[in-house]
Amino acid sequence: MLSRVADSLYWMSRYFERADNCARVIDATHTLMLSRALVSADEGWFRALVCMGMPPDPHTNDPQVAIGRLAADPGNRSSIVACVGAARENASQVREEISAEMWEQLNRLFHEVGRFEIGPEDDEAVMRLVGAVREGSYSFYGVTETTMSHGQGWRFVQLGKFTERACAVSMLLDAYFATDTHANDLDWVALLASCAAFDSYCKVFTADLQPARIAKFLLVHPEFPYSVRYSVERMQESLMSIIALSAGRQRARIERIMGRLHAPLAYTPVSELLSGDLHAFLNGVLEQCRALHAAVHETYIDYPIEVAFQS
Amino acid sequence: MTTSAAVTHDRFADYTLNDAYDELFDGKAQPRRPYRRLYKELMNLTPEELGRSKQKADLSFFNQGITFTVYGRKEGTERIFPHDLIPRIVSGSDWEVIERGLTQRAIALNLFLKDIYHERRALRDRIIPAEAIYSSHHFRRQMSGVKVPRDAYVNVMGTDLVRLPDGRFTVLEDNLRVPSGVSYMLSSRKVMKQIFPTLFRKYAVRPIEQYSQLLLSTLRSLAPDGRRDPTVVLLTPGVYNSAYYEHAYLARQMGIELVEGRDLVVHDNYVYMRTTNGLQRIDVIYRRVDDDFVDPLAFRVDSALGAPGIFSAYRAGNVTLANALGTGVADDKAIYAYVPKLIRYYLGEDPVLDNVETWLMTDAAGRQHVCDNLHAFVVKAVGESGGYGMLIGPHSTDSQRREMRSRILADPRNYIAQPVLALSTAPCFVDGAIEPRHVDLRPYVLFGEKTVIVPGGLTRVALRKGSLVVNSSQGGGSKDTWVLQN
Repeated sequence: MLSRVADSLYWMSRYFERADNCARVIDATHTLMLSRALVSADEGWFRALVCMGMPPDPHTNDPQVAIGRLAADPGNRSSIVACVGAARENASQVREEISAEMWEQLNRLFHEVGRFEIGPEDDEAVMRLVGAVREGSYSFYGVTETTMSHGQGWRFVQLGKFTERACAVSMLLDAYFATDTHANDLDWVALLASCAAFDSYCKVFTADLQPARIAKFLLVHPEFPYSVRYSVERMQESLMSIIALSAGRQRARIERIMGRLHAPLAYTPVSELLSGDLHAFLNGVLEQCRALHAAVHETYIDYPIEVAFQS
Repeated sequence: MTTSAAVTHDRFADYTLNDAYDELFDGKAQPRRPYRRLYKELMNLTPEELGRSKQKADLSFFNQGITFTVYGRKEGTERIFPHDLIPRIVSGSDWEVIERGLTQRAIALNLFLKDIYHERRALRDRIIPAEAIYSSHHFRRQMSGVKVPRDAYVNVMGTDLVRLPDGRFTVLEDNLRVPSGVSYMLSSRKVMKQIFPTLFRKYAVRPIEQYSQLLLSTLRSLAPDGRRDPTVVLLTPGVYNSAYYEHAYLARQMGIELVEGRDLVVHDNYVYMRTTNGLQRIDVIYRRVDDDFVDPLAFRVDSALGAPGIFSAYRAGNVTLANALGTGVADDKAIYAYVPKLIRYYLGEDPVLDNVETWLMTDAAGRQHVCDNLHAFVVKAVGESGGYGMLIGPHSTDSQRREMRSRILADPRNYIAQPVLALSTAPCFVDGAIEPRHVDLRPYVLFGEKTVIVPGGLTRVALRKGSLVVNSSQGGGSKDTWVLQN
C-alpha cells in the first residue's frame, strides 16, 4: 500500500479518536462541575485541559472559556471541531481506500459539529455537541469495523486509534492521580466516565471507588477497551500484522519498542507500579508510544531512500 | 386526427425542429429508424414516470459520488454531473464510419508526432509550416529524439465529433493530452441499465464495459522492454483536481495504484513509488497531469504535482508516460486545420471524417475577414480546452467582440475561427418535457499494441435551450450513447 495512504489512514483515525476522547472528557468534567459545591470548578477544567495536552493559561481559568477551547475553537488544534475536521481532511485524501459508509459518517459529523455555536453559559449546546460526537463515533467505529476490509489499511486505522487511546488514558490517569490527595468520589467517577468505564469498573470491583483499583482497572485490565494495556495489545496486534504484510522492511526496532511498552503492562505486578512513581511510569508509556510512532513513520512512511535501496 | 395521434403529438409538443440535424426526427418529422423503438417507449411514458426515472438516476449518480469541480466559483464547487435520461442512439452503420475515421486519424496523428519529434519530414516537404509547430505552446523541444514505446504517442485520444445538417459526423477537435470524461460514459451506462432494462435489451446495445480492461492492456503493452509483469499506476494531481473522481474511478476499475507526485521517487533514472513495503518500481504511468507539471526539473520548476527526475527516466526508456509528453502540439487548434492534409501525406488516403472549416488568424486576409464578421464566427484560443477562452459570435455582445478583436490582433497565432455550426439536436428530458438540445460525441480511442475504440462515447449536451456549448465547465451535461449492432 502507498505510504501516503497508510499515513492518511493512521492520522484520520488518530484525530477521530482524539475528538471522541475530548468529547468524553468534556462530558465527564461537565457532569462533575454540575456538583460544583463539592469541588472547585476551576480545578476540574484545569485538569480537563491538562488531560487534553493543553496547558491552561492561569489567567483565564473561566470554565466557559475552557469549554469553548476544548469543544469548538477551530484555532485550537486539539478541540473537537478541529480534530473532526482533521480526521475528515485525512479521509478525503484516501476516499478510495475507506468505505463509502465511513466517509458518509465522517462527513456528516463534520458538518454537524461545524454548525454548533457555543455562547457563554450555553451548557445545553455543549452537551448537544458532545452527544453528537459520541453518537457519531459509535457509528463511525461500527461502519469501520463492518464495511472496511481488514487488510493493511485497516491495520493502520487500528494502530492510529489505539495509539491515541493509550496516550489519552495515560494522560488522564496522570492528571487525576496528580491531584489525588484531595480527590473525592466524584472525581473518581469523572475519571472513570472519561474512559466510559464506570459500569465496567463496577462489574469488577463494585461501586467501591478505590484509587488503587481504578488505576489497576484503567492501566492493566486485559479486556476493557479503554485500558492502557488493552490499547497497547491492539497496537501490538496491528503492528504484527503490518510487519507480516511488509516482509521487506526492518522490523527489529519496532518490535523492541513494542516489547518495552507492553512488558510492564502485562507482567509487572500492579502493586509495584502503584507503589513506585506512577507519574514516571505513565510518562514512560507516553515516551514509548512516541518512539513507536516515530519508528513506524520512519519504517513505513517516510523512510530515507538510501535505506530502501540497501534492503 | 385520432385521439392517440393527438396524445402522440402532445408528448412532443415542445419539440421544435430547426436547421440542425435532429437525431430523432427526420425532415418529415418522422422518427428515424434507430429511434423508432425509443420513440414508442417515450410515447407510453407519462412525464411523471419520466420524472421519477430521472430522480432515480440522479440519486444513483449522487450516491456514487459522481461529481466534478467547477473552477472559479466559490460556492458549492463540487457538483453532481448533470445527466439527461434519454439515450442518444447511433446506428451501426454510422458507427462503422466513425470507427474507421477515428482509427485513421489516430494512426496519422501518431505518425505526425513521431515525425515532428524526429525526422520532421512533413516540415521539409512543406506539408505544414515549421512556424506553426515551433510556435505552439504545447510543442516540447525536450521530446526531440526521444523514442517512445511502439511509437505510440497518443495512447488515449478523445476526439469530439459533431453531426452537421447533412447528417455527416465531422471532427470538431482532438483531445490528445489528458482527455477526460470516460468515467461519465461508464457510470452513465451503469445507471441506464438500472433504469431502462427492457428497452436496453430490446435494442441490443453494444457493450462498453470492457473499457477499463482495454485501457489496462493498452498501458501494459507500452511497458519498457523486458518488463514482463509491468507495474502500471495512475498519476493524479490530487483530490482538488476537477477530474479526481474519474482518476480514482479508473484506478479502481483497473486495480492499479492512484499515485500523486509526492508518492514518487526517482533514483538512478528509475521511478519508484513509496509503499509500506518499500520502494516499488513503476513501469508505466498513466498520467492525468499536464506536461508542464510532470517534472519540475524539465518543465515548470514551481510544480509540485509531478516528481523531479521523471523526464530523465522517461528519456532513458525506463518508464513510459501515457500519453507521451508533447502530444498537445497535435491538438493545437491551429495545427488541427492541417490534419486532413496530414492524413493524406502519411497514409495516402482521403480522410474518412472531415474537419470543420477553420480560419487561421495568422493568415492576414482570413484574419481581416473574421475580425470584420465576428458575429458569424466561433473564435477559439488554440491551446485551451473545456470551452474556456471562447467567443460564440451570434451570442456575443459588442464589448465581447471588441475585446476578442483586440486579443486576436495582439496574438494572431493564439486564435482560430470556425463558422457557427448547427450541432445536431437530440431529444432531452428538460423540466418535465421532451425537447431538442444540441449534442456532440466524444468517443475514446486507445492506441498501443492495437487501436481499439469501445462502441460508444460521451454524448455531451448543451442543456440550456439554444446553447451550443456542451462543456461541463460551461453548464453542459451528458447522456448515455447507445451504439447499435446494425
